[in-house]
Amino acid sequence: MFSSFMANTWIVASIVAAAAGFIGFFVVVRGSAFAAHALPLGTFPGAAAASLLGINALYGLILFAGLGVAGIIQLGRRGRHEVATALTLVALLGLGTLFLGLTREYSQEVYSLFFGQVLGISDSEIAPVAAISAIAIGATALLFRPLLISSLSPELGEARGVSNRRMEFCFLVILALATAVALPVVGALLVFSLMVGPASAARSLTDRPLSAMLMSVGIALVTVWTAIILSYVSDWPVGFFVGGLGAIAYAFGRAWFRARTVKLVRIANA
Amino acid sequence: MKLVAVCDGGEMLAVDRVSVSLSGRQILQEVDFKLGPGEFCGLIGANGSGKTTLLRTILGLQRPSAGSVRIDGHTGLRSVGYVPQKTLFDPYVPVRARDLVALGLDGHRLGLPLPSRSRRRLVDEMLKAVDAEGFADQRIGNLSGGEQQRILIAHALIRRPRLLLLDEPLANLDIRGVAEVVGVLRRLSKEHKIAVLLSAHDMNPLLSAMDRIVYLANGRAASGRTDEVVRTEVLSKLYGYHIDVVRVHGRVLVIAAGAADDIHAAVEHHPAHVAQIP
Amino acid sequence: MDSLLTAIFEPGFFTSEPVHTAMIIGGGAALVSGVVGVFTVMRGQSFAGHAVADVTSAGGSASFLLGINPLLGFLGMAVVAAGGMELVGIRRIRERDLVTGIVLGAGLGLTALFLYLDVTMGSTTGAANTVMFGSMFAIPAETIPLALIVGLGALVMVAVLYRPLLLSSVDPDLAEARGLPLRLIGFLHMLMLALAASLSAMTIGAILSTALLIGPAATALRVARRPGSAIVIAVLIGLSATWGGILLAYDSYYWTPGHGWPVSFFVVTLVFLSYVTTSRLGGDRQRRGATLPRVRHSTTGKA
Repeated sequence: MFSSFMANTWIVASIVAAAAGFIGFFVVVRGSAFAAHALPLGTFPGAAAASLLGINALYGLILFAGLGVAGIIQLGRRGRHEVATALTLVALLGLGTLFLGLTREYSQEVYSLFFGQVLGISDSEIAPVAAISAIAIGATALLFRPLLISSLSPELGEARGVSNRRMEFCFLVILALATAVALPVVGALLVFSLMVGPASAARSLTDRPLSAMLMSVGIALVTVWTAIILSYVSDWPVGFFVGGLGAIAYAFGRAWFRARTVKLVRIANA
Repeated sequence: MKLVAVCDGGEMLAVDRVSVSLSGRQILQEVDFKLGPGEFCGLIGANGSGKTTLLRTILGLQRPSAGSVRIDGHTGLRSVGYVPQKTLFDPYVPVRARDLVALGLDGHRLGLPLPSRSRRRLVDEMLKAVDAEGFADQRIGNLSGGEQQRILIAHALIRRPRLLLLDEPLANLDIRGVAEVVGVLRRLSKEHKIAVLLSAHDMNPLLSAMDRIVYLANGRAASGRTDEVVRTEVLSKLYGYHIDVVRVHGRVLVIAAGAADDIHAAVEHHPAHVAQIP
Repeated sequence: MDSLLTAIFEPGFFTSEPVHTAMIIGGGAALVSGVVGVFTVMRGQSFAGHAVADVTSAGGSASFLLGINPLLGFLGMAVVAAGGMELVGIRRIRERDLVTGIVLGAGLGLTALFLYLDVTMGSTTGAANTVMFGSMFAIPAETIPLALIVGLGALVMVAVLYRPLLLSSVDPDLAEARGLPLRLIGFLHMLMLALAASLSAMTIGAILSTALLIGPAATALRVARRPGSAIVIAVLIGLSATWGGILLAYDSYYWTPGHGWPVSFFVVTLVFLSYVTTSRLGGDRQRRGATLPRVRHSTTGKA
């Protein structure tokens, strides 16, 4: 498991988990579960198109992530936000089915795009993943306070001079970036669990925003490492373990939260 | 001789014949009033009477179709504290009361918030000013309505603005919460000479605290001292039809004509129930 | 004239049995999705609708393992997912979306597992494609009776629950004040979603059934004045997109000889285009103040 063959897997998975943990904090605070699910999924046609054209999948992923952001924002202007997300998503996926149909891809390709292909990561793939993740993490850190205040209350943000629209745009872009790099590792469908599960657990464990974000990174790392180990041992797909562990993390967070609240009430009434 | 307004002793807020129309509808018409430093003013009106629009216009978020707003003599950038309405937090959000107050200071700054002694000191000062030291480290979502409002006030005041606007801060508060918030605001306005303008649809909790009142109806406003404005003649003119102002057990009722007699009769039978008709 | 007709309806269209099956089941899917979808959009539960649909993929992939009719697999999983989401039972929209997402993540994890097992244990290849994107022309005709039952079941539920469902979707506070059991209605709505999603999953795939559920409904709600007409319009749009998509996919065999374009692509594109072209109309109508149901946003803003 710790052979040099697996080294790339550990490295890339850790980078991806770190980025997911950072941005996941805001996904949970803003309640943007749908966008966090839709954006990664919407990028899969990019990988399919890239393989059609014979170029690096990452370019395709980023292009379609950008299309996703544009779609959500543009359609969201005229209509309900969640409908905009849903329709942007299906439009991109529709394109994806077309590309897949044209390339006569085998089912395995579809499978790996959706659920990840952790084991086959080459050396050349590490650098772009690291670079883009660094950008996503850096941007999140830089915008921490403006993002936080406008997530809590757009009006309070505006009163501080923080444009709600601009923050929404930045958030979606960061989400799209973190998503595009996570795709090859955990696949389009399970990036989301990495973002949401750890962050929901973290928010129950601490009251401080910065600590919660750092904790969600930690939990995300533990999640992905555990998933890799379990997958290695059982030969079952990594994505299955990520999805399951994410659910466990969330349930644990809820239970812990309820226990704490009960304790607080008891103290208050004592 | 007319006194020209200058900095200290002058007006903190001057709303000069402001009219606002939105989507073709005239919301506000020639609203005109002044507010001096340290004055506590209630902006009273029914739901939909234009209170939020007026506050937004004062904040510069809404452009008036006529008239102007001057804050501390300037029409440009405004350093105004603002507590928006209906700001509720859910208990899952990992943000403490003191974190929210700190965001009032530097919520726009880039970069991760590193621990800073001076920031901590400022935040502690504000928390003390609104009597929030007891729950400063609790999650904002776990606080009661009155406690949340006080934190929002601390958030709005931490940059020491001299004008504080609050949009319906008393809605959804129980009696104790209302008393807490009004008490804190009154004390802050007097001790720190902050002009306070808060909107409400019920003026009764504010009767003893208000220095002046701006009463909005039909898009127009009447302003002045409470006893000057809340009178049958003044309000009838504002509404455009006959209004009765009834004072019962120290509370003020503003009601359509004819109902006054029924109210008196009802109060005699059930002195405990005093209904408010907006 | 004759050549125009053959250009539109390529030879064999009307006699082909797979096409018949596709038209029936696809039409049923569009009908049920259009009807249920209107309520889903009104309730602001587009994500839940999408999630239920995605999770049905686990059922679909399991069906290959178990050797049962895929529709049964989709259906079983959908019901479980719907129950799971409603069981956690939360009113706050943000939190509800989070739970939806978690269930979705876990469900998709299951899909990953089952598809993997399909290949290794069942040596079924092509499962991923079929489950995710549907196999409109490969639906066995024997599925029709079961599909009809599922479809009828959903429609009967809507008919019986019409008034309480409508009230609780448009004004939940009023519904609660009138004593309506909101949680039960919510659960039943999720159940309807499950039925609609399983039908669509068979035709255009788990991932894309959201298109049939949300698209026509959202378009209709923009244009219609009353919920009743919204339902009718949504069904019409859904049927046109589905049948149109089937036709275009069939024709595409002749454009790029020997290899057709996928049906799901055409259906989704038609749905999307109809939404986007009503964009102008919807904006005007809202400005004129027509009575649309109150919107429940589950967005990044406050709930």
